[in-house]
Amino acid sequence: MDVSAQHDASSNGNFAEVGEIMQVIAEHKGCGTSGGSGKASCGSQAGQGDLPTEIWEKVKNHPCYSEEAHHHYARMHVAVAPACNIQCNYCNRKYDCANESRPGVVSEKLTPEQAAKKVLAVASTIPQMTVLGIAGPGDPLANPEKTFKTFELIYNTAPDIKLCLSTNGLMLPDHVDTIAKYNVDHVTITINMVDPEIGAKIYPWIFYKHKRYTGYEAAKILTDRQLQGLEMLTERGILCKINSVMIPGINDQHLVEVNKAVKSRGAFLHNIMPLISAPEHGTVFGLNGQRGPSAQELKALQDSCEGEMNMMRHCRQCRADAVGLLGEDRSAEFTTEKIMAMEVKYDAETRKAYQEKVEEERVAKVVAKQEELAELAGASSDIKVLAAVATKGSGLINEHFGHAKEFQVYELSTAGAKFVGHRRVDLYCQGGYGEEDSLETIIRAINDCHAVFVAKIGGCPKGDLIKAGIEPVDQYAHEFIEKSAIAWFKAYLDKVNSGEIEHVERGDAAIRQGALISAA
Amino acid sequence: MPFKIIASQCTSCSACEPECPNVAIREKGGTFVIDPKKCTECLGHFDEPQCVAVCPVDNTCVIDTSLPRYQAPA
Repeated sequence: MDVSAQHDASSNGNFAEVGEIMQVIAEHKGCGTSGGSGKASCGSQAGQGDLPTEIWEKVKNHPCYSEEAHHHYARMHVAVAPACNIQCNYCNRKYDCANESRPGVVSEKLTPEQAAKKVLAVASTIPQMTVLGIAGPGDPLANPEKTFKTFELIYNTAPDIKLCLSTNGLMLPDHVDTIAKYNVDHVTITINMVDPEIGAKIYPWIFYKHKRYTGYEAAKILTDRQLQGLEMLTERGILCKINSVMIPGINDQHLVEVNKAVKSRGAFLHNIMPLISAPEHGTVFGLNGQRGPSAQELKALQDSCEGEMNMMRHCRQCRADAVGLLGEDRSAEFTTEKIMAMEVKYDAETRKAYQEKVEEERVAKVVAKQEELAELAGASSDIKVLAAVATKGSGLINEHFGHAKEFQVYELSTAGAKFVGHRRVDLYCQGGYGEEDSLETIIRAINDCHAVFVAKIGGCPKGDLIKAGIEPVDQYAHEFIEKSAIAWFKAYLDKVNSGEIEHVERGDAAIRQGALISAA
Repeated sequence: MPFKIIASQCTSCSACEPECPNVAIREKGGTFVIDPKKCTECLGHFDEPQCVAVCPVDNTCVIDTSLPRYQAPA
Protein backbone atom coordinates (compact mmCIF):
# COMPACT_ATOMS: atom_id res chain seq x y z
CA MET A 1 0.00 0.00 0.00
CA ASP A 2 1.40 3.39 -0.81
CA VAL A 3 1.81 6.19 1.67
CA SER A 4 -1.38 8.07 0.92
CA ALA A 5 -3.46 4.94 1.12
CA GLN A 6 -2.00 4.27 4.53
CA HIS A 7 -2.89 7.76 5.49
CA ASP A 8 -6.46 7.23 4.33
CA ALA A 9 -6.65 4.06 6.33
CA SER A 10 -5.33 5.58 9.53
CA SER A 11 -7.50 8.65 9.27
CA ASN A 12 -10.46 6.33 9.28
CA GLY A 13 -9.23 4.56 12.36
CA ASN A 14 -11.24 6.83 14.62
CA PHE A 15 -14.62 6.12 13.06
CA ALA A 16 -16.53 6.45 16.26
CA GLU A 17 -15.32 9.98 16.86
CA VAL A 18 -15.97 11.15 13.33
CA GLY A 19 -19.30 9.37 13.45
CA GLU A 20 -20.29 11.38 16.49
CA ILE A 21 -19.37 14.63 14.86
CA MET A 22 -21.32 13.68 11.74
CA GLN A 23 -24.26 12.77 13.91
CA VAL A 24 -24.33 16.24 15.36
CA ILE A 25 -24.18 17.74 11.88
CA ALA A 26 -26.91 15.44 10.65
CA GLU A 27 -29.12 16.27 13.58
CA HIS A 28 -28.46 19.93 13.14
CA LYS A 29 -29.68 19.65 9.58
CA GLY A 30 -32.76 17.85 10.87
CA CYS A 31 -32.42 15.26 8.19
CA GLY A 32 -33.74 11.70 8.19
CA THR A 33 -30.64 10.26 9.77
CA SER A 34 -31.35 11.42 13.30
CA GLY A 35 -29.37 9.73 16.03
CA GLY A 36 -30.16 6.78 18.18
CA SER A 37 -33.02 4.63 17.08
CA GLY A 38 -36.02 5.77 15.13
CA LYS A 39 -36.04 8.18 12.27
CA ALA A 40 -37.66 11.36 11.14
CA SER A 41 -40.52 10.87 8.74
CA CYS A 42 -38.68 12.48 5.89
CA GLY A 43 -36.87 11.32 2.82
CA SER A 44 -38.59 8.85 0.61
CA GLN A 45 -42.00 9.34 2.20
CA ALA A 46 -44.90 11.34 0.84
CA GLY A 47 -45.09 15.05 1.40
CA GLN A 48 -42.78 17.39 3.24
CA GLY A 49 -43.63 15.97 6.64
CA ASP A 50 -41.11 17.26 9.15
CA LEU A 51 -38.37 17.75 6.54
CA PRO A 52 -36.71 21.14 6.74
CA THR A 53 -37.73 23.28 3.79
CA GLU A 54 -34.21 23.46 2.36
CA ILE A 55 -34.00 19.66 2.14
CA TRP A 56 -37.56 19.30 0.89
CA GLU A 57 -36.71 21.72 -1.93
CA LYS A 58 -33.84 19.46 -2.91
CA VAL A 59 -35.79 16.19 -2.93
CA LYS A 60 -39.36 17.13 -3.78
CA ASN A 61 -38.97 16.70 -7.53
CA HIS A 62 -36.12 14.21 -7.54
CA PRO A 63 -37.67 10.87 -8.49
CA CYS A 64 -34.88 8.84 -6.89
CA TYR A 65 -34.73 10.72 -3.58
CA SER A 66 -38.49 10.97 -3.07
CA GLU A 67 -40.79 7.99 -3.53
CA GLU A 68 -43.69 10.36 -3.87
CA ALA A 69 -41.93 12.39 -6.59
CA HIS A 70 -41.19 9.31 -8.67
CA HIS A 71 -44.83 9.04 -9.68
CA HIS A 72 -44.64 12.47 -11.28
CA TYR A 73 -41.09 13.42 -12.24
CA ALA A 74 -38.62 11.90 -14.66
CA ARG A 75 -34.86 11.62 -14.73
CA MET A 76 -32.23 10.95 -17.33
CA HIS A 77 -28.72 9.57 -17.31
CA VAL A 78 -26.08 10.47 -19.87
CA ALA A 79 -23.43 7.86 -20.63
CA VAL A 80 -20.34 10.05 -20.71
CA ALA A 81 -18.23 8.02 -18.28
CA PRO A 82 -17.18 4.69 -19.78
CA ALA A 83 -14.02 3.98 -17.75
CA CYS A 84 -14.12 2.26 -14.38
CA ASN A 85 -11.51 1.84 -11.68
CA ILE A 86 -12.85 -1.18 -9.83
CA GLN A 87 -14.15 -4.60 -10.79
CA CYS A 88 -17.38 -5.92 -9.25
CA ASN A 89 -18.52 -9.52 -9.42
CA TYR A 90 -22.06 -8.45 -10.34
CA CYS A 91 -21.01 -6.35 -13.32
CA ASN A 92 -20.06 -7.26 -16.86
CA ARG A 93 -19.54 -4.27 -19.08
CA LYS A 94 -19.32 -6.26 -22.27
CA TYR A 95 -22.96 -7.26 -22.45
CA ASP A 96 -25.27 -4.75 -24.11
CA CYS A 97 -28.50 -6.08 -25.48
CA ALA A 98 -30.75 -3.23 -26.65
CA ASN A 99 -33.51 -4.72 -24.52
CA GLU A 100 -31.37 -4.93 -21.46
CA SER A 101 -32.01 -2.77 -18.43
CA ARG A 102 -29.55 -2.72 -15.57
CA PRO A 103 -26.71 -0.54 -14.33
CA GLY A 104 -23.36 -0.58 -16.08
CA VAL A 105 -24.81 -1.01 -19.53
CA VAL A 106 -25.46 1.47 -22.36
CA SER A 107 -26.01 1.36 -26.07
CA GLU A 108 -23.81 4.29 -27.02
CA LYS A 109 -21.30 6.55 -25.35
CA LEU A 110 -21.62 10.33 -25.57
CA THR A 111 -19.17 13.21 -25.54
CA PRO A 112 -19.97 15.97 -23.01
CA GLU A 113 -21.19 18.19 -25.86
CA GLN A 114 -23.51 15.50 -27.22
CA ALA A 115 -24.71 14.82 -23.69
CA ALA A 116 -25.53 18.49 -23.10
CA LYS A 117 -27.55 18.63 -26.28
CA LYS A 118 -29.34 15.43 -25.35
CA VAL A 119 -30.28 16.89 -21.97
CA LEU A 120 -31.80 19.98 -23.59
CA ALA A 121 -33.64 17.85 -26.16
CA VAL A 122 -35.14 15.63 -23.48
CA ALA A 123 -35.95 18.57 -21.20
CA SER A 124 -37.91 20.18 -24.03
CA THR A 125 -39.78 16.98 -24.90
CA ILE A 126 -40.41 15.73 -21.35
CA PRO A 127 -41.09 18.84 -19.23
CA GLN A 128 -41.30 16.78 -16.04
CA MET A 129 -37.66 15.68 -16.50
CA THR A 130 -36.05 17.44 -13.56
CA VAL A 131 -32.88 15.49 -12.84
CA LEU A 132 -29.77 14.74 -14.83
CA GLY A 133 -27.55 12.00 -13.45
CA ILE A 134 -24.20 10.66 -14.52
CA ALA A 135 -23.91 7.05 -13.49
CA GLY A 136 -21.43 5.52 -15.87
CA PRO A 137 -21.53 3.11 -17.58
CA GLY A 138 -18.19 3.05 -15.74
CA ASP A 139 -17.58 5.32 -12.78
CA PRO A 140 -18.15 9.08 -13.22
CA LEU A 141 -15.15 9.92 -11.03
CA ALA A 142 -12.87 7.62 -13.01
CA ASN A 143 -13.71 9.99 -15.89
CA PRO A 144 -13.59 13.33 -14.06
CA GLU A 145 -12.93 15.57 -17.06
CA LYS A 146 -15.87 14.23 -19.07
CA THR A 147 -18.17 14.17 -16.06
CA PHE A 148 -17.48 17.71 -14.88
CA LYS A 149 -17.40 19.15 -18.40
CA THR A 150 -20.92 17.75 -18.87
CA PHE A 151 -22.08 19.24 -15.56
CA GLU A 152 -20.55 22.59 -16.49
CA LEU A 153 -22.31 22.73 -19.86
CA ILE A 154 -25.68 21.89 -18.32
CA TYR A 155 -25.20 24.13 -15.31
CA ASN A 156 -24.69 27.04 -17.72
CA THR A 157 -27.55 26.32 -20.13
CA ALA A 158 -30.27 24.75 -17.97
CA PRO A 159 -29.70 25.82 -14.38
CA ASP A 160 -33.11 24.53 -13.24
CA ILE A 161 -32.09 20.91 -13.86
CA LYS A 162 -30.80 19.17 -10.77
CA LEU A 163 -27.43 17.49 -11.16
CA CYS A 164 -26.72 14.16 -9.64
CA LEU A 165 -24.00 11.54 -9.79
CA SER A 166 -23.55 7.95 -8.77
CA THR A 167 -20.11 6.60 -7.89
CA ASN A 168 -18.33 3.63 -6.38
CA GLY A 169 -16.62 6.15 -4.09
CA LEU A 170 -12.99 5.20 -4.73
CA MET A 171 -12.03 8.64 -6.07
CA LEU A 172 -14.74 10.56 -4.23
CA PRO A 173 -12.57 12.34 -1.60
CA ASP A 174 -10.48 13.92 -4.39
CA HIS A 175 -13.49 15.45 -6.12
CA VAL A 176 -15.78 16.66 -3.35
CA ASP A 177 -14.88 20.31 -3.88
CA THR A 178 -15.56 20.12 -7.62
CA ILE A 179 -18.87 18.39 -6.93
CA ALA A 180 -19.82 21.26 -4.63
CA LYS A 181 -18.62 23.85 -7.18
CA TYR A 182 -21.03 22.66 -9.87
CA ASN A 183 -23.87 22.58 -7.40
CA VAL A 184 -24.29 18.83 -7.67
CA ASP A 185 -26.50 18.36 -4.67
CA HIS A 186 -27.24 14.66 -4.85
CA VAL A 187 -24.55 12.01 -4.77
CA THR A 188 -25.12 8.27 -4.66
CA ILE A 189 -22.36 5.98 -3.39
CA THR A 190 -22.56 2.24 -3.89
CA ILE A 191 -21.48 0.71 -0.59
CA ASN A 192 -21.87 -3.05 -0.37
CA MET A 193 -19.76 -3.60 2.73
CA VAL A 194 -17.81 -1.95 5.51
CA ASP A 195 -15.85 -5.14 6.26
CA PRO A 196 -12.98 -5.82 3.82
CA GLU A 197 -13.29 -9.58 4.42
CA ILE A 198 -16.74 -9.40 2.87
CA GLY A 199 -15.55 -6.88 0.28
CA ALA A 200 -12.97 -9.33 -0.99
CA LYS A 201 -15.83 -11.62 -2.05
CA ILE A 202 -17.50 -8.84 -4.04
CA TYR A 203 -14.59 -6.92 -5.58
CA PRO A 204 -11.79 -8.89 -7.28
CA TRP A 205 -9.65 -5.77 -7.68
CA ILE A 206 -9.40 -1.98 -7.67
CA PHE A 207 -7.06 0.33 -9.59
CA TYR A 208 -5.79 3.07 -7.32
CA LYS A 209 -2.82 5.38 -7.64
CA HIS A 210 -1.29 3.54 -10.59
CA LYS A 211 -1.55 0.16 -8.97
CA ARG A 212 -3.93 -2.79 -9.05
CA TYR A 213 -4.87 -4.02 -5.59
CA THR A 214 -6.68 -7.29 -4.93
CA GLY A 215 -8.35 -9.13 -2.07
CA TYR A 216 -8.58 -7.70 1.43
CA GLU A 217 -6.23 -4.82 0.68
CA ALA A 218 -8.37 -3.65 -2.26
CA ALA A 219 -11.59 -3.80 -0.25
CA LYS A 220 -9.96 -2.00 2.69
CA ILE A 221 -8.87 0.94 0.53
CA LEU A 222 -12.30 1.04 -1.11
CA THR A 223 -14.31 1.07 2.11
CA ASP A 224 -12.03 3.70 3.69
CA ARG A 225 -12.32 5.96 0.68
CA GLN A 226 -16.11 5.48 0.44
CA LEU A 227 -16.75 6.39 4.06
CA GLN A 228 -14.33 9.29 3.94
CA GLY A 229 -16.05 10.62 0.82
CA LEU A 230 -19.47 10.24 2.44
CA GLU A 231 -18.35 12.23 5.48
CA MET A 232 -16.89 14.99 3.31
CA LEU A 233 -20.11 15.29 1.31
CA THR A 234 -22.47 15.40 4.27
CA GLU A 235 -20.22 18.01 5.92
CA ARG A 236 -20.92 20.20 2.90
CA GLY A 237 -24.66 19.61 3.05
CA ILE A 238 -24.74 17.51 -0.12
CA LEU A 239 -27.47 14.87 0.08
CA CYS A 240 -26.13 11.33 -0.10
CA LYS A 241 -27.95 8.19 -1.05
CA ILE A 242 -26.28 4.84 -0.44
CA ASN A 243 -26.91 2.01 -2.87
CA SER A 244 -26.25 -1.52 -1.64
CA VAL A 245 -26.61 -4.69 -3.66
CA MET A 246 -28.13 -7.47 -1.56
CA ILE A 247 -26.16 -10.66 -2.26
CA PRO A 248 -27.66 -13.57 -0.28
CA GLY A 249 -25.03 -15.49 1.70
CA ILE A 250 -22.38 -12.81 1.13
CA ASN A 251 -23.54 -9.45 2.47
CA ASP A 252 -27.26 -9.81 3.24
CA GLN A 253 -26.90 -9.83 7.02
CA HIS A 254 -23.94 -7.45 6.88
CA LEU A 255 -26.02 -4.73 5.17
CA VAL A 256 -27.55 -3.97 8.57
CA GLU A 257 -24.01 -2.95 9.66
CA VAL A 258 -23.57 -0.95 6.47
CA ASN A 259 -26.85 0.78 7.22
CA LYS A 260 -25.61 1.82 10.67
CA ALA A 261 -22.24 2.95 9.31
CA VAL A 262 -23.72 5.20 6.64
CA LYS A 263 -26.44 6.52 8.86
CA SER A 264 -23.89 7.61 11.46
CA ARG A 265 -22.07 9.53 8.74
CA GLY A 266 -25.12 11.50 7.73
CA ALA A 267 -26.39 9.61 4.68
CA PHE A 268 -29.91 10.69 3.73
CA LEU A 269 -31.34 7.57 2.15
CA HIS A 270 -30.42 3.89 1.84
CA ASN A 271 -31.33 1.89 -1.23
CA ILE A 272 -30.95 -1.86 -0.83
CA MET A 273 -31.36 -3.47 -4.24
CA PRO A 274 -31.62 -7.13 -5.23
CA LEU A 275 -28.63 -8.70 -6.97
CA ILE A 276 -29.15 -9.13 -10.71
CA SER A 277 -27.33 -12.31 -11.67
CA ALA A 278 -28.85 -13.86 -14.78
CA PRO A 279 -26.26 -16.25 -16.26
CA GLU A 280 -26.62 -14.71 -19.73
CA HIS A 281 -25.16 -11.44 -18.45
CA GLY A 282 -21.82 -13.21 -18.01
CA THR A 283 -21.00 -11.70 -14.63
CA VAL A 284 -18.96 -13.68 -12.09
CA PHE A 285 -22.04 -14.05 -9.89
CA GLY A 286 -24.20 -14.92 -12.91
CA LEU A 287 -21.81 -17.67 -13.94
CA ASN A 288 -21.12 -19.14 -10.52
CA GLY A 289 -24.80 -19.53 -9.72
CA GLN A 290 -25.00 -16.88 -6.99
CA ARG A 291 -28.73 -16.25 -6.54
CA GLY A 292 -30.51 -12.98 -5.92
CA PRO A 293 -32.98 -12.49 -3.03
CA SER A 294 -36.70 -13.24 -3.17
CA ALA A 295 -39.17 -10.38 -2.86
CA GLN A 296 -39.88 -11.15 0.79
CA GLU A 297 -36.18 -11.55 1.69
CA LEU A 298 -35.51 -8.12 0.22
CA LYS A 299 -38.49 -6.56 1.97
CA ALA A 300 -37.53 -8.12 5.33
CA LEU A 301 -34.03 -6.62 5.10
CA GLN A 302 -35.39 -3.24 4.04
CA ASP A 303 -37.90 -3.35 6.89
CA SER A 304 -35.20 -4.22 9.43
CA CYS A 305 -33.10 -1.22 8.36
CA GLU A 306 -36.03 1.17 8.19
CA GLY A 307 -36.21 1.73 11.92
CA GLU A 308 -32.81 3.33 11.56
CA MET A 309 -33.12 5.27 8.35
CA ASN A 310 -35.18 6.12 5.29
CA MET A 311 -35.19 3.30 2.80
CA MET A 312 -35.58 3.69 -0.93
CA ARG A 313 -37.82 0.97 -2.30
CA HIS A 314 -38.71 2.38 -5.69
CA CYS A 315 -35.34 1.94 -7.44
CA ARG A 316 -35.67 0.31 -10.86
CA GLN A 317 -31.92 -0.36 -11.20
CA CYS A 318 -31.81 1.58 -14.43
CA ARG A 319 -29.22 1.79 -17.16
CA ALA A 320 -26.56 4.47 -17.38
CA ASP A 321 -28.46 5.98 -20.32
CA ALA A 322 -32.05 5.70 -19.06
CA VAL A 323 -34.58 8.42 -19.90
CA GLY A 324 -38.05 8.94 -18.46
CA LEU A 325 -40.06 8.13 -15.38
CA LEU A 326 -38.52 5.37 -13.26
CA GLY A 327 -39.88 2.15 -14.68
CA GLU A 328 -40.17 3.46 -18.21
CA ASP A 329 -37.37 3.79 -20.72
CA ARG A 330 -37.61 6.34 -23.50
CA SER A 331 -33.94 6.31 -24.43
CA ALA A 332 -34.71 4.93 -27.89
CA GLU A 333 -36.39 8.26 -28.73
CA PHE A 334 -33.16 10.11 -28.02
CA THR A 335 -30.34 8.38 -29.86
CA THR A 336 -27.39 10.59 -30.82
CA GLU A 337 -28.47 10.48 -34.43
CA LYS A 338 -31.96 11.75 -33.59
CA ILE A 339 -30.71 14.38 -31.17
CA MET A 340 -28.20 15.86 -33.54
CA ALA A 341 -30.97 16.27 -36.08
CA MET A 342 -33.25 18.01 -33.55
CA GLU A 343 -33.79 21.75 -33.36
CA VAL A 344 -33.68 22.28 -29.63
CA LYS A 345 -35.02 25.38 -27.96
CA TYR A 346 -34.83 25.28 -24.20
CA ASP A 347 -38.06 26.74 -22.89
CA ALA A 348 -37.77 27.19 -19.15
CA GLU A 349 -41.20 28.89 -18.93
CA THR A 350 -43.13 26.00 -20.46
CA ARG A 351 -41.30 23.59 -18.19
CA LYS A 352 -42.18 25.68 -15.18
CA ALA A 353 -45.85 25.91 -16.14
CA TYR A 354 -46.03 22.15 -16.67
CA GLN A 355 -44.38 21.44 -13.35
CA GLU A 356 -46.81 23.73 -11.57
CA LYS A 357 -49.65 21.57 -12.91
CA VAL A 358 -47.87 18.49 -11.63
CA GLU A 359 -47.65 20.09 -8.20
CA GLU A 360 -51.44 20.68 -8.19
CA GLU A 361 -51.94 17.01 -9.04
CA ARG A 362 -49.68 16.01 -6.16
CA VAL A 363 -51.50 18.16 -3.65
CA ALA A 364 -54.87 16.72 -4.74
CA LYS A 365 -53.49 13.23 -4.27
CA VAL A 366 -52.21 13.91 -0.77
CA VAL A 367 -55.51 15.52 0.26
CA ALA A 368 -57.47 12.51 -1.03
CA LYS A 369 -55.24 10.17 0.92
CA GLN A 370 -55.61 12.19 4.12
CA GLU A 371 -59.40 12.19 3.83
CA GLU A 372 -59.55 8.46 3.36
CA LEU A 373 -57.04 7.90 6.15
CA ALA A 374 -59.21 9.93 8.53
CA GLU A 375 -61.99 7.39 8.03
CA LEU A 376 -59.63 4.65 9.10
CA ALA A 377 -58.89 6.47 12.34
CA GLY A 378 -59.98 4.49 15.35
CA ALA A 379 -59.79 1.18 13.54
CA SER A 380 -57.18 -1.04 15.09
CA SER A 381 -55.91 -4.30 13.71
CA ASP A 382 -52.60 -6.11 13.39
CA ILE A 383 -53.46 -7.21 9.89
CA LYS A 384 -51.07 -6.07 7.18
CA VAL A 385 -51.58 -7.01 3.56
CA LEU A 386 -49.79 -6.22 0.34
CA ALA A 387 -51.58 -4.94 -2.74
CA ALA A 388 -50.20 -4.66 -6.27
CA VAL A 389 -51.17 -1.67 -8.43
CA ALA A 390 -51.09 -1.24 -12.21
CA THR A 391 -50.18 2.38 -12.92
CA LYS A 392 -48.74 4.56 -15.67
CA GLY A 393 -47.80 7.26 -13.18
CA SER A 394 -49.33 10.38 -11.58
CA GLY A 395 -50.27 8.29 -8.55
CA LEU A 396 -53.36 6.88 -10.30
CA ILE A 397 -54.68 3.36 -10.92
CA ASN A 398 -54.59 3.93 -14.65
CA GLU A 399 -53.09 0.87 -16.32
CA HIS A 400 -54.77 -2.17 -17.83
CA PHE A 401 -53.74 -5.44 -16.18
CA GLY A 402 -52.57 -6.93 -19.44
CA HIS A 403 -50.50 -3.88 -20.40
CA ALA A 404 -48.64 -3.49 -17.12
CA LYS A 405 -44.89 -3.94 -17.36
CA GLU A 406 -44.61 -3.66 -13.61
CA PHE A 407 -46.81 -3.50 -10.54
CA GLN A 408 -46.22 -1.15 -7.65
CA VAL A 409 -46.64 -2.81 -4.27
CA TYR A 410 -48.23 -1.12 -1.25
CA GLU A 411 -48.39 -2.42 2.28
CA LEU A 412 -51.82 -1.72 3.76
CA SER A 413 -52.43 -1.48 7.49
CA THR A 414 -54.45 0.70 9.82
CA ALA A 415 -51.54 3.15 9.55
CA GLY A 416 -52.37 3.66 5.88
CA ALA A 417 -50.93 2.68 2.51
CA LYS A 418 -47.17 2.54 2.27
CA PHE A 419 -45.18 2.01 -0.92
CA VAL A 420 -42.88 -0.97 -0.32
CA GLY A 421 -41.66 -1.96 -3.76
CA HIS A 422 -42.41 -2.83 -7.32
CA ARG A 423 -42.42 -6.01 -9.37
CA ARG A 424 -41.44 -6.25 -12.99
CA VAL A 425 -43.65 -8.49 -15.07
CA ASP A 426 -42.58 -7.67 -18.63
CA LEU A 427 -41.63 -10.54 -20.87
CA TYR A 428 -38.11 -11.80 -20.94
CA CYS A 429 -35.76 -10.87 -23.73
CA GLN A 430 -35.91 -13.66 -26.33
CA GLY A 431 -33.51 -16.18 -24.93
CA GLY A 432 -35.52 -19.32 -24.52
CA TYR A 433 -38.03 -17.72 -22.17
CA GLY A 434 -40.42 -16.40 -24.81
CA GLU A 435 -42.81 -19.31 -24.49
CA GLU A 436 -43.32 -18.82 -20.78
CA ASP A 437 -46.91 -18.23 -19.77
CA SER A 438 -47.02 -14.56 -18.93
CA LEU A 439 -49.97 -14.83 -16.54
CA GLU A 440 -48.15 -17.44 -14.49
CA THR A 441 -45.14 -15.14 -14.39
CA ILE A 442 -47.27 -12.26 -13.16
CA ILE A 443 -48.82 -14.38 -10.43
CA ARG A 444 -45.35 -15.48 -9.28
CA ALA A 445 -44.23 -11.84 -9.17
CA ILE A 446 -47.17 -10.67 -7.03
CA ASN A 447 -47.83 -13.92 -5.18
CA ASP A 448 -47.35 -12.20 -1.80
CA CYS A 449 -50.20 -9.74 -2.53
CA HIS A 450 -53.83 -10.08 -1.44
CA ALA A 451 -55.19 -7.87 -4.21
CA VAL A 452 -54.23 -6.29 -7.49
CA PHE A 453 -55.66 -2.89 -8.46
CA VAL A 454 -56.13 -2.27 -12.16
CA ALA A 455 -57.91 0.14 -14.50
CA LYS A 456 -59.30 -2.80 -16.44
CA ILE A 457 -58.92 -6.57 -16.59
CA GLY A 458 -60.23 -9.33 -18.84
CA GLY A 459 -62.45 -12.15 -17.58
CA CYS A 460 -59.88 -14.88 -18.10
CA PRO A 461 -56.96 -13.50 -16.07
CA LYS A 462 -59.52 -12.41 -13.46
CA GLY A 463 -60.55 -16.01 -12.88
CA ASP A 464 -56.96 -17.23 -12.70
CA LEU A 465 -56.02 -14.54 -10.19
CA ILE A 466 -58.95 -15.41 -7.95
CA LYS A 467 -57.93 -19.07 -8.15
CA ALA A 468 -54.43 -18.05 -7.03
CA GLY A 469 -55.93 -16.19 -4.08
CA ILE A 470 -55.29 -12.67 -5.41
CA GLU A 471 -58.36 -10.46 -5.65
CA PRO A 472 -58.52 -8.42 -8.87
CA VAL A 473 -59.93 -4.95 -8.09
CA ASP A 474 -61.09 -2.73 -10.95
CA GLN A 475 -63.71 -0.63 -9.16
CA TYR A 476 -61.19 2.18 -8.47
CA ALA A 477 -60.15 2.67 -12.09
CA HIS A 478 -58.46 6.06 -12.68
CA GLU A 479 -58.66 7.01 -9.02
CA PHE A 480 -55.80 7.81 -6.64
CA ILE A 481 -53.80 4.76 -5.58
CA GLU A 482 -53.44 5.38 -1.87
CA LYS A 483 -56.97 6.62 -1.30
CA SER A 484 -58.40 3.61 -3.14
CA ALA A 485 -56.11 1.14 -1.43
CA ILE A 486 -57.08 2.44 1.99
CA ALA A 487 -60.78 2.28 1.08
CA TRP A 488 -60.39 -1.31 -0.10
CA PHE A 489 -58.45 -2.25 3.03
CA LYS A 490 -61.13 -0.76 5.23
CA ALA A 491 -63.74 -2.92 3.51
CA TYR A 492 -61.40 -5.92 3.83
CA LEU A 493 -61.08 -5.41 7.58
CA ASP A 494 -64.84 -5.07 7.90
CA LYS A 495 -65.35 -8.38 6.12
CA VAL A 496 -62.75 -10.06 8.33
CA ASN A 497 -64.35 -8.63 11.46
CA SER A 498 -67.84 -9.69 10.42
CA GLY A 499 -66.55 -13.19 9.72
CA GLU A 500 -67.49 -12.98 6.06
CA ILE A 501 -63.91 -13.82 5.07
CA GLU A 502 -60.93 -15.23 6.90
CA HIS A 503 -57.59 -13.43 6.80
CA VAL A 504 -54.78 -15.70 5.59
CA GLU A 505 -51.12 -14.85 5.12
CA ARG A 506 -49.72 -14.96 1.56
CA GLY A 507 -46.50 -16.64 0.45
CA ASP A 508 -43.33 -15.24 -1.11
CA ALA A 509 -42.84 -13.77 -4.58
CA ALA A 510 -40.09 -13.84 -7.20
CA ILE A 511 -38.02 -10.89 -8.38
CA ARG A 512 -37.70 -10.79 -12.17
CA GLN A 513 -34.15 -10.95 -13.44
CA GLY A 514 -34.64 -10.62 -17.16
CA ALA A 515 -34.26 -7.76 -19.57
CA LEU A 516 -36.72 -4.92 -19.91
CA ILE A 517 -38.25 -4.77 -23.35
CA SER A 518 -38.52 -1.05 -23.81
CA ALA A 519 -40.50 -1.31 -27.03
CA ALA A 520 -43.20 -3.55 -25.57
CA MET B 1 7.66 -2.03 -28.26
CA PRO B 2 5.65 -4.53 -26.52
CA PHE B 3 2.02 -4.24 -25.44
CA LYS B 4 -0.93 -4.60 -27.76
CA ILE B 5 -4.68 -4.63 -27.21
CA ILE B 6 -6.68 -7.60 -28.46
CA ALA B 7 -9.43 -5.75 -30.33
CA SER B 8 -12.04 -8.50 -30.09
CA GLN B 9 -11.88 -8.32 -26.29
CA CYS B 10 -11.67 -4.53 -25.91
CA THR B 11 -14.89 -3.08 -24.44
CA SER B 12 -13.80 0.37 -25.58
CA CYS B 13 -14.20 1.69 -22.06
CA SER B 14 -11.24 4.08 -22.51
CA ALA B 15 -9.86 3.43 -19.02
CA CYS B 16 -6.36 2.70 -20.36
CA GLU B 17 -6.03 5.82 -22.50
CA PRO B 18 -5.37 8.43 -19.78
CA GLU B 19 -3.29 6.00 -17.69
CA CYS B 20 -0.57 5.49 -20.32
CA PRO B 21 2.50 7.51 -19.30
CA ASN B 22 3.70 7.57 -22.91
CA VAL B 23 0.42 8.72 -24.47
CA ALA B 24 0.69 5.67 -26.69
CA ILE B 25 -3.01 4.70 -26.58
CA ARG B 26 -5.74 6.09 -28.79
CA GLU B 27 -9.16 5.11 -30.12
CA LYS B 28 -9.20 3.57 -33.54
CA GLY B 29 -12.17 1.98 -35.27
CA GLY B 30 -14.29 1.61 -32.14
CA THR B 31 -11.64 0.05 -29.90
CA PHE B 32 -8.31 1.22 -28.50
CA VAL B 33 -4.84 0.60 -29.90
CA ILE B 34 -1.31 0.97 -28.54
CA ASP B 35 1.34 2.64 -30.68
CA PRO B 36 4.22 0.14 -30.45
CA LYS B 37 6.74 2.88 -31.17
CA LYS B 38 5.71 4.76 -28.04
CA CYS B 39 5.08 1.90 -25.59
CA THR B 40 7.84 1.39 -23.02
CA GLU B 41 6.05 -1.33 -21.00
CA CYS B 42 5.84 1.45 -18.38
CA LEU B 43 9.51 0.79 -17.52
CA GLY B 44 10.89 3.69 -15.57
CA HIS B 45 7.36 4.98 -14.87
CA PHE B 46 5.50 2.39 -12.84
CA ASP B 47 5.97 -1.05 -11.32
CA GLU B 48 3.30 -2.57 -13.51
CA PRO B 49 2.05 -1.78 -17.01
CA GLN B 50 -0.84 0.63 -16.47
CA CYS B 51 -3.02 -0.60 -19.34
CA VAL B 52 -2.86 -4.15 -17.98
CA ALA B 53 -3.61 -3.03 -14.44
CA VAL B 54 -6.68 -0.94 -15.30
CA CYS B 55 -8.21 -3.06 -18.10
CA PRO B 56 -11.52 -4.66 -17.01
CA VAL B 57 -11.06 -7.68 -19.30
CA ASP B 58 -8.22 -10.01 -18.33
CA ASN B 59 -5.65 -10.90 -21.01
CA THR B 60 -6.69 -8.07 -23.30
CA CYS B 61 -3.58 -5.89 -22.97
CA VAL B 62 -0.81 -8.40 -23.71
CA ILE B 63 2.82 -8.49 -24.81
CA ASP B 64 3.07 -8.37 -28.59
CA THR B 65 5.38 -11.34 -29.16
CA SER B 66 5.86 -10.47 -32.81
CA LEU B 67 7.98 -7.53 -31.74
CA PRO B 68 11.20 -7.34 -29.73
CA ARG B 69 10.90 -6.39 -26.06
CA TYR B 70 11.40 -2.76 -25.13
CA GLN B 71 14.99 -1.88 -24.28
CA ALA B 72 15.57 1.04 -22.00
CA PRO B 73 18.01 3.48 -23.59
CA ALA B 74 21.53 2.98 -22.20
